[in-house]
Amino acid sequence: MTAPSVPEGTPRPSSESPVVGRGVSGPPVASGRRPLPAWAAWLIPLAALLAMLAYLAFGDPLAFFRSDLPPAEAVTFERIDVTPDGFRATVVNGGPAPVTIAQVIVDDAYWNFTIEPSGELPRLGRATISIPYPWVYGEPHFVRLLTTTGLAFEGEVAVAVETPSPGAPEFLAYGLVGVFVGIVPVALGMLFFPALRRMGRKALNAVLALTIGMLVFLLIDTGLEAFEVAATLPDVVQGQALVLLAALLTWLILLVVGALRRPGAEGTKLPRVLYVAGMIAFGIGLHNLGEGMAIGAAFSLGEAALGSFLVVGFTLHNITEGIGIVAPLTPGREGTAAGYRPRLWTFAALTLIAGAPAILGAWLGGFSYSPILAAVFLGIGLGAIWQVIVEVGRLLRDDAVRHDETALTWANLAGFAAGVAVMYLTALLVKF
Amino acid sequence: MESHQPGKRRISRRDFLKAGLLGGGATAVAATLVQGPAAAGHVHPLPVGVQPTPAPDSADHTGHHAAGQDHGGFGPIGEVDPAVNGFDPHLVLQDWDFGQVSTLPGGQTQRDYRIVAVDKEFEIAPGVVFPGWVYNGRVPGPTLRCVEGDHIRIEFFNGGSHPHTIHFHGIHSAAMDGVPGVGPGMIQPGASTVYEFDAFPFGCHLYHCHAIPLKRHIHKGLYGAFIIDPDPTRHPGEDNRQARSRHHLSPENKDVNEMVMVMNAFDTDFDGENEVYAVNTVAFAYMNKPIVIRRDQRQRLYLVNLTEFDPINSFHLHANFFDYYDHGTTLKPTLHTVDTIMQCQAQRGILEFDFKGFEPGPYMFHAHQSEFAELGWMGFFEVQA
Repeated sequence: MTAPSVPEGTPRPSSESPVVGRGVSGPPVASGRRPLPAWAAWLIPLAALLAMLAYLAFGDPLAFFRSDLPPAEAVTFERIDVTPDGFRATVVNGGPAPVTIAQVIVDDAYWNFTIEPSGELPRLGRATISIPYPWVYGEPHFVRLLTTTGLAFEGEVAVAVETPSPGAPEFLAYGLVGVFVGIVPVALGMLFFPALRRMGRKALNAVLALTIGMLVFLLIDTGLEAFEVAATLPDVVQGQALVLLAALLTWLILLVVGALRRPGAEGTKLPRVLYVAGMIAFGIGLHNLGEGMAIGAAFSLGEAALGSFLVVGFTLHNITEGIGIVAPLTPGREGTAAGYRPRLWTFAALTLIAGAPAILGAWLGGFSYSPILAAVFLGIGLGAIWQVIVEVGRLLRDDAVRHDETALTWANLAGFAAGVAVMYLTALLVKF
Repeated sequence: MESHQPGKRRISRRDFLKAGLLGGGATAVAATLVQGPAAAGHVHPLPVGVQPTPAPDSADHTGHHAAGQDHGGFGPIGEVDPAVNGFDPHLVLQDWDFGQVSTLPGGQTQRDYRIVAVDKEFEIAPGVVFPGWVYNGRVPGPTLRCVEGDHIRIEFFNGGSHPHTIHFHGIHSAAMDGVPGVGPGMIQPGASTVYEFDAFPFGCHLYHCHAIPLKRHIHKGLYGAFIIDPDPTRHPGEDNRQARSRHHLSPENKDVNEMVMVMNAFDTDFDGENEVYAVNTVAFAYMNKPIVIRRDQRQRLYLVNLTEFDPINSFHLHANFFDYYDHGTTLKPTLHTVDTIMQCQAQRGILEFDFKGFEPGPYMFHAHQSEFAELGWMGFFEVQA
């Protein structure tokens, strides 16, 4: 495509007007041309793109690579609910071509089923398959789908337990689980605040280091969990990229938010330490959302036979989180007015920010677990926790600078190690 | 109820193979040869006791669907259309291929058969299409039937995309064994050969492709039953009666309802495990539409096992017992009064039973490997007074 030539007799553009196609050096070859109108500047590349697409579609230049073999089919089970009279499976066609489910085999036996919507499942299409089946309480079952081409895709019901339907008692029960794994431990951890206030500066720094250790554990844990969930997603969703991008975006958003209220930015009344505490609570909250989803899904999908033991484990595991949140609020911190005393509502709010997402997570996981949503939330948690680690680390560093010391002390390292160790050891209670 | 609609055929990766490799005119030749036997006036008798199409008010047919619903949803959705497949398990039951019969100068009967191997897709369970290799367009291939001592001449044309052979279980020379590297060896696509031998011993036998890799060539569907009737003139004395009953040209043979069942299975995703089990290829064919038999008629079932990947298969008859002739090479039963037998791959035998004095109704038969049964190898005899 060439720029339209200028008809004779048209006035020359002034030197200020934008010039199309001017070279880096040499005479201004285009100076004699009329500037390209804006609509044309947009239209030309679009038209070129369309022309190329049309060529690809109708000209068939890549015929060499084409075979008549349809691409391999890929059907993924998103969820299998256990209903009183059978199974209800949600499947996604993650393959490049439409798929038709021809038959359903449950535990090596052909079984009747209904599929909604019926017929061909388009690319990225989602269908619900209802299978009447006399499942056995507490035992595993396997559901296989046979497509018209004979390919088989298997989904597992690890332990057959009726999937709760979201009624009032179920909401209450799952909410209670969320309270126990989210709110209660965070609140319990915060009860250490008066004790923390009486600690010396160096000991407090060690507690901050402990918080970092705890957060590093959560970073690793959340990351692995996120990638585990991402791996179950259909390839087309690009689960791993989704996790990393969610983490990156979250981190960038927190950076921008943080820049708005850095020292020097006026109009912020919140002390910096409170901001840091809020950030920790937010990051932990997202982690707890993921944790709540995992627990809710485990309960509803029958994978968590340990029940209350699991809840106790999570409670212990998460107490450290409460300590971590309030550690920056202890007196003597930079940005804290001499007489700054956090009020009760501050603690309540922080507890809610950090703990309440566990309730939401338990509901989501229990009643409408979606691996895609889970991967995104875990990715967000990943980014938030990373930024919180940076912020708490900065608190430690600033304190050290003010006292002309280094933050890399044995006491801080011990605190860090203790944080990691406590989280790791209490995690032994809840991993299954 | 939103019900699933299987059975819709579409272009798949298998058509590519067919179209691509058969393109050079072989398809046309194959088609002619496949149609050859039928055009030559071959006998395709309607099965004696089988209803090819159920009447709309057929009690047993609708009755069974109701029964299926009662069993809590067990079984596949939909039915396989024999017209689409080009063969019907109910017709395969009694579709004997006696060949082109002629008499040699010495008085020996000669039977000429034509068998063509082609690539073909067929439905093995409703909506599930298998990319098979088949003899004469069907699985199992034609049930070749002859009489002990006949001269057998099989013209084999390979219209498929891979080298194939026909290996007969029976007595013949090494050159006629249909194995790679011996005699004509592997018959390349587009090539043909003739297998020739005298039919011995009498019994219920089989044939299959012996090209390598053997497992795939058998699993893809290249096999069929090969039945040699005893010649009553060679079996005087106490066995003569049974020999006449087995001999398809004797009047006594008309008193017996004869059926052939080839137990087979299909690994639709090629992972070495079968997804579909059946007799005569179509899963649950005789459950969805039971085999109608008369209760006072003697039943003779030629049973052949060609299941790949599983070491054994079995046959169990409900509410009744049968006599069993292992390999069919004897005229006295090798097992008396049993209701279950098992066969390894290529093992076969003859079952004889009747339902004299039984209450009419559906009597089940199936593999007594429950897994095989529930994956398709299950059926009913509809016993009528």
